[in-house]
Amino acid sequence: MKIHIPTPLRSYTGGKETVEVGGATVAATLDQLATSYPELRNHLFTAEGKLRSFVNVYLNDDDVRYLPNKEETVAAENDELTIIPSIAGGCCCNL
Amino acid sequence: MIHISEEDFQALRAHGEETYPHECCGVLLGKSEAGVGNRVSLIVRAGNTRTDSAHNRYNIAPQELVKVQRQARGLGFDIVGFYHSHPDHPAQWSQTDFAEAHWMGCSYVITSVDKGKAELTNSFLLTGTSEENKAFQNEEVVVETPQPELISKERGEA
Repeated sequence: MKIHIPTPLRSYTGGKETVEVGGATVAATLDQLATSYPELRNHLFTAEGKLRSFVNVYLNDDDVRYLPNKEETVAAENDELTIIPSIAGGCCCNL
Repeated sequence: MIHISEEDFQALRAHGEETYPHECCGVLLGKSEAGVGNRVSLIVRAGNTRTDSAHNRYNIAPQELVKVQRQARGLGFDIVGFYHSHPDHPAQWSQTDFAEAHWMGCSYVITSVDKGKAELTNSFLLTGTSEENKAFQNEEVVVETPQPELISKERGEA
């Protein structure tokens, strides 16, 4: 399956914007990605192995966190995963 | 250093004036060039999903980012940065900006909008390799005319 890598993580995929790895589910695919490109693991997952909170993963047009089976969603060969860190901020700390 | 055309520079500043007193936000597409820095070729406006506190917070929906990243890919560009405004606050990154910054190597452009008028525009490069050692670094904003010509470092006047 194709996985689209965001700009800041491409230094860990040899500069590739898109990589291809296999996996039966989204979780298995992400794990295979981190196995193929070991330096990515720490950027994607916490020490406990959970996806970091600011890392969004889309299966085609769907946010994986909102799919019924979440990361255990079955992934097909022609599906595409997109990894997209969040963008947020604001001018001052107090609401 | 970030390079941006005069047209795009003025457009992102105008965006901040349009959304005042709320924060605006958008994405900078282009290329990172060794020895040059981030060169912006296109700016893409984004919606601020923080409608609960839009005067001092911004958030770009991940779905919108996915679309912008696809757009960039189709044009042969990369996401090289982001911009947002600080209504009635300095063009300086805040602790919130820093905590929520995760795109290392990208430029975070901030425009202060004072009483509806764009004032200073500064840019900060997110350096480092991880959440543990990331840092914002002031970077020069090079505004280029079609000729191109270096116009300003940190343009303050409207």
